[in-house]
Amino acid sequence: MPERDMVVDESVTSVRLKQAFAEAVLDQHAEHGDDTLTVRREAWREVAQFLRDEPDLRYNVLMDLTAVDYLTLGDGGRTPRYEVVAHLYSLSHNQRVRLKTAVPDDDPRIDSLMPVWEGANWFEREVYDMFGITFDDHPDLRRILLYNGFEGHPLRKDYPQDKEQPLDHNAQDPTFYMNKRDDAGSETRHMFVHMGPSHPAMHGVIHMTLELDGETIVDGDTEIGYLHRAFEKEAESHTYTQVIPYTDRLNYVSPLINNVGFVLAVEKLFDVETPERCQYIRVLVSELSRITDHLTCIAANAMELGAFTVYFYFIKAREEIWKLVEAICGARLTTTYTRVGGVMADLPAGFADQLAQVLVLLHEQMHDVERLLQKNRIFHDRMRGTGVIAPRDALALSFSGPVLRSTGVDFDVRKTTPYLVYDRLDFDVPLGDSGDNYDRYLVRMEEIRQSVRLVEQCMAQMPDGPVQLDDARMTMPPKAEVYGTIEGLMNHFKLIIEGIKPPAGEAYVPVEGANGELGFYLVSDGTGRPYRCRVRPPCFALMQGLQKMLKGGMVADVVATFGTINMIAGENDR
Amino acid sequence: MWVDVLIILLKVLVVLLVLIHLGALLTWAERKQSAAIQDRIGPNRARIAGRAAMGLFHALADGIKMVTKEDFVPAGAHRTLHTLAPAAALFPALVVFAAIPFGDVLRIGERVIPLQIADLNVGIVYIFAISSMAVYGTMLAGWASNNNYALLGGLRASSQMISYEITMGLSIIGVLMIYESAQLNVIVQKQGELLWGFLPKWGIVVQPAAFFLFLAAAMAENKRVPFDLPEGESEIIGYFVEYSSMKFAMFFLAEFVEIVIVSGLVATLFFGGWQVPYLYADGFHWPFGLGVWQLPHLLVVLLQVAAFGFKVLIGCWVLLTVRWTLPRFRYDQVMHLGWKILLELAFVNLLITAVVVLLIT
Amino acid sequence: MNMLPLLITFVLAGLVCALMLSLSRLFGPRRPTPVKSEPFECGMDQMEQPRRQFSVKFSVVAMLFIVFDIEVAFLYPWAVMFRRLDVAGFLAVLVFLGLLTVAFVYAWRRGALEWN
Repeated sequence: MPERDMVVDESVTSVRLKQAFAEAVLDQHAEHGDDTLTVRREAWREVAQFLRDEPDLRYNVLMDLTAVDYLTLGDGGRTPRYEVVAHLYSLSHNQRVRLKTAVPDDDPRIDSLMPVWEGANWFEREVYDMFGITFDDHPDLRRILLYNGFEGHPLRKDYPQDKEQPLDHNAQDPTFYMNKRDDAGSETRHMFVHMGPSHPAMHGVIHMTLELDGETIVDGDTEIGYLHRAFEKEAESHTYTQVIPYTDRLNYVSPLINNVGFVLAVEKLFDVETPERCQYIRVLVSELSRITDHLTCIAANAMELGAFTVYFYFIKAREEIWKLVEAICGARLTTTYTRVGGVMADLPAGFADQLAQVLVLLHEQMHDVERLLQKNRIFHDRMRGTGVIAPRDALALSFSGPVLRSTGVDFDVRKTTPYLVYDRLDFDVPLGDSGDNYDRYLVRMEEIRQSVRLVEQCMAQMPDGPVQLDDARMTMPPKAEVYGTIEGLMNHFKLIIEGIKPPAGEAYVPVEGANGELGFYLVSDGTGRPYRCRVRPPCFALMQGLQKMLKGGMVADVVATFGTINMIAGENDR
Repeated sequence: MWVDVLIILLKVLVVLLVLIHLGALLTWAERKQSAAIQDRIGPNRARIAGRAAMGLFHALADGIKMVTKEDFVPAGAHRTLHTLAPAAALFPALVVFAAIPFGDVLRIGERVIPLQIADLNVGIVYIFAISSMAVYGTMLAGWASNNNYALLGGLRASSQMISYEITMGLSIIGVLMIYESAQLNVIVQKQGELLWGFLPKWGIVVQPAAFFLFLAAAMAENKRVPFDLPEGESEIIGYFVEYSSMKFAMFFLAEFVEIVIVSGLVATLFFGGWQVPYLYADGFHWPFGLGVWQLPHLLVVLLQVAAFGFKVLIGCWVLLTVRWTLPRFRYDQVMHLGWKILLELAFVNLLITAVVVLLIT
Repeated sequence: MNMLPLLITFVLAGLVCALMLSLSRLFGPRRPTPVKSEPFECGMDQMEQPRRQFSVKFSVVAMLFIVFDIEVAFLYPWAVMFRRLDVAGFLAVLVFLGLLTVAFVYAWRRGALEWN
């Protein structure tokens, strides 16, 4: 097992950074293969700027920015109390780095990274909301997931999990409207309307305030958090296996991808790899999930534009896929299929035939929908040229997934950071060129076809073998041993009562979710419960760029654009 | 004299009742047809005495539901206008049908009863005049609701409706030129003539472009998909968002009755109205000298009325199918289409028709 | 006498509308609450009262509509009499249409038909 500090080659990032900021770098090591750098708080923004601009490094994407509260780590905790963690990614060099800095409790402030990456906006707002760390120079630092009158910062370790707070009528956040009214004075020709939360096209509950000049959107504000169920706080008081059902409810349209991502992160903490059959099965179910997600997105989008029939054709195809998923794991949406070290059970008998039939039906429905939509002038007019975003803006805002690929940027986690057996499978990544709604539609349609390719290859290449790693630290012993031997009984007992205990450390695993890079960042303190479980939701970044895509467009384009982003509230708000 | 009035009263009652019931039936047909297109079953639950009757009772159930819901006027809304708006939407739809002939004449003894409520010599003009009044209902509904969405929707709807009225009016000028009358009954009669000995001189044969223009414009006027952004249920919600129960039902009934009207107009102007090809007052006169089939008068009348009904139903079916196939236009695209494309085409059609007719005669 | 059937139609249609309006008043419950009376704006409180002013584009469309609708109304009698008026009538109407086409092109070029 590789040790924590065994660094053979120091990474390019670390070398360059030490050359430029010798006194700012406090620590550097590779944690389970992740390059991790700790810098001084005072140099935070300069280091970030350097990492972005240095030609050898070019970290142009801020993948995630979060914080960890080390108050109760071990005994007595750790000072300084907070640690702000940023995960950066370089598109051109395909390298990643984790940048950390310590923030003390008596002065919980740090520079905002917004001047460097615009995408830091909502990530920093969430850290402020959850931890109470303020970001200097952030133009709009207010709560994001929680409501206006909320007291306290829940992800702090001293915030009791079962504390209740009242929610009253005044929880509406009037900031946007008030700012605008003050700027323009009392007389303004612009109209302010609410869109959502109770609106047929705001799937997943979102609230937008739009400033309109006639039909044109001048400005707007997006308010999220209506489906916040405290996933990250809950995870801290449950065992790793108990967290898996919670992951179903993140992106509930493609639950299996979340399951896979989470257990991959736990397995990274252990530095283990699951058996080959298990890996193929995980790829298979991930791709089936991706197909259902894209089908739902396109169907709902078309329905909101008025093409009701498309919705029903695709829902029929999705229904058949869910029957497959139900055959595999017993549930359509709350799958909870993976386990740390493997999957719940092997594929059922007759699965290959069932799958083949479903793929035939899927192909038929896609053919029908293509004829209904792609040859349709009205659909074209609604979607072409609307909701446009430039590749540079998309990268700055931390976009990923089909939305980023529709602008022409070739970034797919399955290709750049292959996990499971994706490096052995043959598939293409469709790219758009204009970054508008129509390209996003085309990219998703093509991705469905590529996923079908992947599914067929998985079925063809899947070897026989076990589906659970035979490792006493994570796998429950077979029942014969549990009832027959004392070691088996004790092992079983400890795994259930104390939970799986990965060694202390941290790990970040990105997987390609249906909306983009879905990242799980786990901090383990050696006990059976995660010390910190962070989900990097792909559509969180997309939503922060929504107003940019809508500005200058018309009210009727809101529905088209919002539909192609495919925001899933479960993932966005957690 | 009184018998005349009674006959008129009877005709009016029959037409009104048929219209309203057809409107209600169309709500069922819309759901069943959409279900067929979308590969699902559709309404099949409402039962009376255990019989489901393909879901037809859903129309009745909907009606009862609508009547028994609470009828409220939102705070700040203009009470009178809010209440009048649905009436202003439904009234023109019911009244337009007065000029449309649904049969030739019915001879009972010595009495000749024209199967048309009012044989106006300005029939077409009357129809367009009355259907223009439908804009009032929409406008009032949007304005009187004290709601941002309703106002937006109402404004858009009325602009859309008036924009397409011009195209509607222009597109049938060619028809008027060819049949030389604005009287609907005369137009239908003239469509019984045969071109080159066998082809009935229906509107669609002599003015195919006008048919498509008229159909598109009528769909836009009627605010049906693809032109239903003002009531775009999944987008900006619509101008009747503050309406409930019977008032809402009246808006919807008005929309469905207008579908029947549009079908009726299309049938009358372009598909020969109550004309059955080769059927004359005394029976079938087959072309190319193939003979004559004598038929009793009542049967002829029945065939004619049935033909009209059939054409109306086909028209309704087409309009319903289009709804479930196409997505909807954005508002500026609707206006662009109406003012910059369809209007030009209608003009061109008019000029070409004029030139052709002049050359022929 | 064509007006009597029309009158009867109007009266009966009016009665139908009045009947429908009063039906829900008769058969529906009456339980007003303050929340029900609030105008609907997607579940949030309205930020502003609906504006009594609206974009001038709508008025422009209305004005254009009047002009062209009257043009169409004038064309109807000509269309009916078309064959009898022959070429002379056609040319006269062509002049009429030409004038209005100039007006239309002017409106188009001035951007009256733009909806952005």
